[in-house]
Amino acid sequence: MSAQAEAIDHNDGATTKTFVTVWFALLFMTGIEVFLTYEQIPTLIFLTALVGLSVIKAALIIAYFMHLKFERLSLFLTLFPMLILCIILMLVMFMPDSNRLMMMRPR
Amino acid sequence: MSQVNSAATMTSVWSGGRSPYAVNSKKFGMWLFIISDALTFSALLMAYTYVRLATPNWPTPFHFFPSIIFSTVMTFCLLSSSLTMVMGVHAMNHGNRKAAVRWILATMLGGASFVALHLTEWINLIRNEHVTPFDNPWGVPLFGGTFFALTGLHMTHVIIGLIYLGIIAFAVSRGKFKAEDVEVSGLYWHFVDLVWMFIFPLVYLMSAKI
Repeated sequence: MSAQAEAIDHNDGATTKTFVTVWFALLFMTGIEVFLTYEQIPTLIFLTALVGLSVIKAALIIAYFMHLKFERLSLFLTLFPMLILCIILMLVMFMPDSNRLMMMRPR
Repeated sequence: MSQVNSAATMTSVWSGGRSPYAVNSKKFGMWLFIISDALTFSALLMAYTYVRLATPNWPTPFHFFPSIIFSTVMTFCLLSSSLTMVMGVHAMNHGNRKAAVRWILATMLGGASFVALHLTEWINLIRNEHVTPFDNPWGVPLFGGTFFALTGLHMTHVIIGLIYLGIIAFAVSRGKFKAEDVEVSGLYWHFVDLVWMFIFPLVYLMSAKI
């Protein structure tokens, strides 16, 4: 076994109980999303709630199932700020144009 | 002072000789792939949202049954398969190869159920609602284009994941591969699950027939 492999800790960092709890939390949030679909709430609030819940679900999956919570901070800092910056850049490009198109529509 | 600095440099994880992230190269490579693939899906989801916002008569063809029920069960299948995958990695980390293979096979069952339900849903849309990638009865061809592009790319990832897990399960059952190989395949599978957490609400729930 190489020195690098030896340095890597195989500690799971979480117990089976933690994984099952996260799984229940993910199922619960999915249930809330489906429930909100059939409630008559304004589209913007509905969309915000859906995206918010999806981001929380994604964070739980990354942190616990993908083990990132138990990795070194340097790994997180190398990967995620860049991803978030790229997504923000895409949002800056796409969203103002889509709003502008809606405003240009004949009434 | 210079001796202190020199000692600090020698002990730094960035001074070479070991991974500064304390992960092996396979795992780091998979993380880089996941980040690049996440950007692909982000661009597609944003393009979909752009078209959705800019189209006033966007169709809402997804009835509670079968579409929403099916897609909710599909979400359950993927979430459960993520749990079984994490249990497989856990078992492998503790040297229990038999249990790891069983958990990976359970993960594959969840993934295969997802694909079967998704294909049933596609067939329902094509046959009963007459939606194709280029045309539909509501006069918004981009609906079919974005729907089939997003869900099709995701389903391709699931099918590739099933093949990947099949190879891993076979090798682990024969005493080959190490715990980190199972963990890397698990990272890919969880990513596929993660992407669905955005596709399900934005594509299905936002276009549900109320």
